[in-house]
Amino acid sequence: MASEAIILINSDIDVVAARQKGRELATMLGFVSTDSTLLATAISELARNIVRYAKHGEISIMPVQSGDRVGITVVARDKGPGIANMSLAMQDGFSTSGGLGLGLPGVKRLMDEFHLVSDVNTGTTVTIKKWKR
Amino acid sequence: MEVPILKQGLYLIASIQAALSDVDLVHLRDALAEKVGKFRARGVIVDVTVLDVMDSFASRTLRDLAHMTRLRGAETVIVGIQPEVAFAMVQLGLTLEGVDTALDLEEGLAFLDKKTKRRTSRG
Repeated sequence: MASEAIILINSDIDVVAARQKGRELATMLGFVSTDSTLLATAISELARNIVRYAKHGEISIMPVQSGDRVGITVVARDKGPGIANMSLAMQDGFSTSGGLGLGLPGVKRLMDEFHLVSDVNTGTTVTIKKWKR
Repeated sequence: MEVPILKQGLYLIASIQAALSDVDLVHLRDALAEKVGKFRARGVIVDVTVLDVMDSFASRTLRDLAHMTRLRGAETVIVGIQPEVAFAMVQLGLTLEGVDTALDLEEGLAFLDKKTKRRTSRG
């Protein structure tokens, strides 16, 4: 099985590199095209948050297996300012509902699993998973 | 990677050829807003057929582009959003509200013909 890829995120160009890497792995594992697109889009949003709020960070993309299920786990990690109000961050922000506008609720909708850990002192880690259908 | 902008009659056609960075997208937005004046264009078509991801930044920049060119007197239509990309966009809540779209370049041209004609006859 393909191995883990780690993409350092330092500028907007790395956002493109990260999502292309995600799509590459999804295609390699036989994901349907729609799911590859959802995964690439989610990675793009997470990488974008790193560039915008933390400036630097990394995204690791790895294949996972559970029983006969195959999937992809993506971990977006930064040591940036962190998120003070997690529940606010998970409110939809694209409307006028007053979320932080990080796009995290949208990313959650694109994925099968979503996990957010953040602290104002240590930074933010978002872990997402998409299973092959 | 710079996006070529072609002049076709009263229209400008920007045909995106490969994945674009944020900087490329912002450059395209500004170039089109400027060229609308330079070529006295009445319509703009942005062809995004090759884009396999349209995230929040790309959506916002295209929306800004459409609004900017409209303020400059030209209508913009975005063409070629792929079905999977459209699905991902809707899941993210990116609806490109207030922006005209068409299936492909041909439909985009027909749309602009109708729209700019209407503007002319009214004005």
